[in-house]
Amino acid sequence: MRSITKHFGGVHALTDVSFRAEGGEVHALVGENGAGKSTLMKILSGAYTPDKGEIYLDGEKLELSNTQAARDRGIAVIYQEFSLAKHLTVAENIYLDDLGFGSSVINWRKLKKSAEQQIRSLGLTELDAYTLVSELSVAQQQIVEICKALRRKAKVIVFDEPTAVLTDRETARLFELIARLKQDGVCIIYISHRLAEVFEICDCATVMKDGRLVDTVDLQEVSQGQLVQLMVGRELKDLFPKRHAAIGEVVLDVKNLNAGDRVHDVSFQVKAGEVLGFCGLVGAGRTEIMRAIFGADKRDSGAILLRGKQVDNRSPVQAVRTGIGMLPEDRKQQGVLLDLSVRVNAMMKPKNPFQRFGGWLDQRREIDQTNQVIRTLRIKVEDSEVAASSLSGGNQQKVAVAKWVFSDCNVLICDEPTRGVDIGAKIEIYQIINQLAERGVAVVVVSSELPELVGLCDRVVVVRDGRLVGDVSGQDINEQTLIGLAVGVRV
Amino acid sequence: MLKILLRNNSLVILVALFVVSALLSNAFLSVGNIYNLLRQLSPLFLASIGMLLVINTAGIDLSVGSIAAAGGLLVAILVSMMPPAGAMAGPIGLLGAIFLSIALGAVLGAVSGALVAFSELAPFIVTLAMMTIARGMTFMMSNGQPTRLPYDLEASDLMDQFGSGGVPFLGLPWPVVLSILVALAFYFIMGYTTFGRMVIATGSNETAVRLAGISEKRYKFLVYVISGALAGLAGVVSTARTGVGTPITGVGLELDAIAACVIGGALLSGGKGTIVNTVIGVLVLGLIGNVMNLLSVPVYPQQIIKGLIIIFAVLLQRFSNRPGART
Repeated sequence: MRSITKHFGGVHALTDVSFRAEGGEVHALVGENGAGKSTLMKILSGAYTPDKGEIYLDGEKLELSNTQAARDRGIAVIYQEFSLAKHLTVAENIYLDDLGFGSSVINWRKLKKSAEQQIRSLGLTELDAYTLVSELSVAQQQIVEICKALRRKAKVIVFDEPTAVLTDRETARLFELIARLKQDGVCIIYISHRLAEVFEICDCATVMKDGRLVDTVDLQEVSQGQLVQLMVGRELKDLFPKRHAAIGEVVLDVKNLNAGDRVHDVSFQVKAGEVLGFCGLVGAGRTEIMRAIFGADKRDSGAILLRGKQVDNRSPVQAVRTGIGMLPEDRKQQGVLLDLSVRVNAMMKPKNPFQRFGGWLDQRREIDQTNQVIRTLRIKVEDSEVAASSLSGGNQQKVAVAKWVFSDCNVLICDEPTRGVDIGAKIEIYQIINQLAERGVAVVVVSSELPELVGLCDRVVVVRDGRLVGDVSGQDINEQTLIGLAVGVRV
Repeated sequence: MLKILLRNNSLVILVALFVVSALLSNAFLSVGNIYNLLRQLSPLFLASIGMLLVINTAGIDLSVGSIAAAGGLLVAILVSMMPPAGAMAGPIGLLGAIFLSIALGAVLGAVSGALVAFSELAPFIVTLAMMTIARGMTFMMSNGQPTRLPYDLEASDLMDQFGSGGVPFLGLPWPVVLSILVALAFYFIMGYTTFGRMVIATGSNETAVRLAGISEKRYKFLVYVISGALAGLAGVVSTARTGVGTPITGVGLELDAIAACVIGGALLSGGKGTIVNTVIGVLVLGLIGNVMNLLSVPVYPQQIIKGLIIIFAVLLQRFSNRPGART
């Protein structure tokens, strides 16, 4: 891609970016959110047309007017949000645009056989081609997406944050797959915030910042710290800022919690000022535990005590009233109102503090307060009236947490607080969590990123198959111990 | 420049229609015609405002026409039951009758709202059922016959004055004044109160509202109550204009109300659409019918043209809502 320039209105998303990748290499594309990685890939995939610049594939110039054209030329992108038809089978999805193999009548037998061939070749032996996509796990769905790409003899496959929703075992399998694709000569572009993975699987990395290309480096010759420095443009002394919180009394006491078939006999305590981590494989039941405590899901049995008093929270309305807050796992669907402004999101509380007689909202005071929130949390946005959808992931997350930070909740549950968030914003979110703890809030952090749990939490509880299997503190908080407990293997 | 035009596209369409109408017909620009048009549109105004609130929560209310009929019939029945003289014969009695008719609408709306908000049934189905239930109730109450407002009753006179008369000096019809007041009230509510904001938030992302500890069910419920109440009021206005309450009024009112909201930019998926633009939508719909009548366009082609203009308005919005990116 040569000299690609693209702007939206007055914003320059990409300025004169020239990017080269070769067949048979795994090329990482890294940078903070807003650096321009997604825009560049959207241009490559035909979703956007560049204002200036050209794209060449195997030396041939491409005119990509839409995504279909890009797909026909062998460019495939695997996004985080898969584009699969949930109510159709795996086989139908893989061959969605050519179900009849040329004719207008579907050849079911050939469909099943070809689909199974594809699936087997990627190592997924336990999957039946006639399974409905809606019944697959996220990792399996991802493999179906890859099959879709390969069926069209893709020459370039772009992976956008593929491991965000995978367990370690599934990630390992994905990496094997990528290695195999590499051998076959496919050019793989790997976008990720997880630098450890980037170093594991990629050959080289291109760093982008503020819509420009910073540099392309060989990953054999550069360290994580140097890469981060290129991405962020400043030196990062500590990924995890220090916390000075005094740990006080027990605030949240959960006894023998049971909910549905995902939560079994869970008991734990969190103290004021403490940051308690919840570790476990994807699907272990961590989010389900939190939702049961927050009243978002039904609780079958068990007691929840806040500051010693038992509470019976059957809905989020009641939970919030008793001082519990939750930052949901899926910020786009559950945490943020994308169409509405930053101000409306930050003021989304059961009792709006600027509500006057008759329900009238003092909007000027709201704007002032929101601006203060924007300053304090360092949300990168022009003003309080911008729609939340135009913010980057990290800033959206800050908006989602703003209403809890500026409330008087005693317990805040953060479910995957830095998922899909760039390094700079991650640190800022850790600082927010630290400030909350220093204020005396009991913070619970559910996370699938082990380094995050190790660096951020005072104690870590491990969940496996809906039960608590470990309570780790101090020196024992390290990745090995945590994984061992999460997987059920003695380390 | 183009961007400003596109963003306010419903207003542009209205102005364009107005100009075209004035050019096409001499009779259009007369005060009499315009006042008459606005008077006729008043029930639709009221119903559309209620519909906008429901659509803002990503719901829909198909029962509005039937509830209007019920309200219009009830007020006629109550007035015709009033004693010829005494305290109840005059304005107080009339206000009581009107209040009860609105209350009937609110109660019917509450039933729909409860089923949608608390039993979590689909709004389309619930209000479709309520549409037939309310219509059936209206037929039952009236035995299928229209109910005329009695001739010699003070209350009837008042109703007649309200329906046909207007403000002194300006002559602005009373129903239009009522519509303007209601529109202003809801403009304030939607833009400047917690209630209005939560209605839009519920339509924008119900889950996020719920997980913030706010009762989204309360807002989903209340918008149907409001829609029902406004529909009842629309029925009262209709009876005031004609002097008769019949069980067949309001058929199709809900579809016109939905069309008005959509022309005004509301999305059926919720979270978008404003009072001002809905008012514009009602005016657009009204203008189309009015100018075609003045040009003596036969009724059937009128329907087709109306539908085409609706499609055009919505396409224009689609185009203006997505400036650059393609999917």
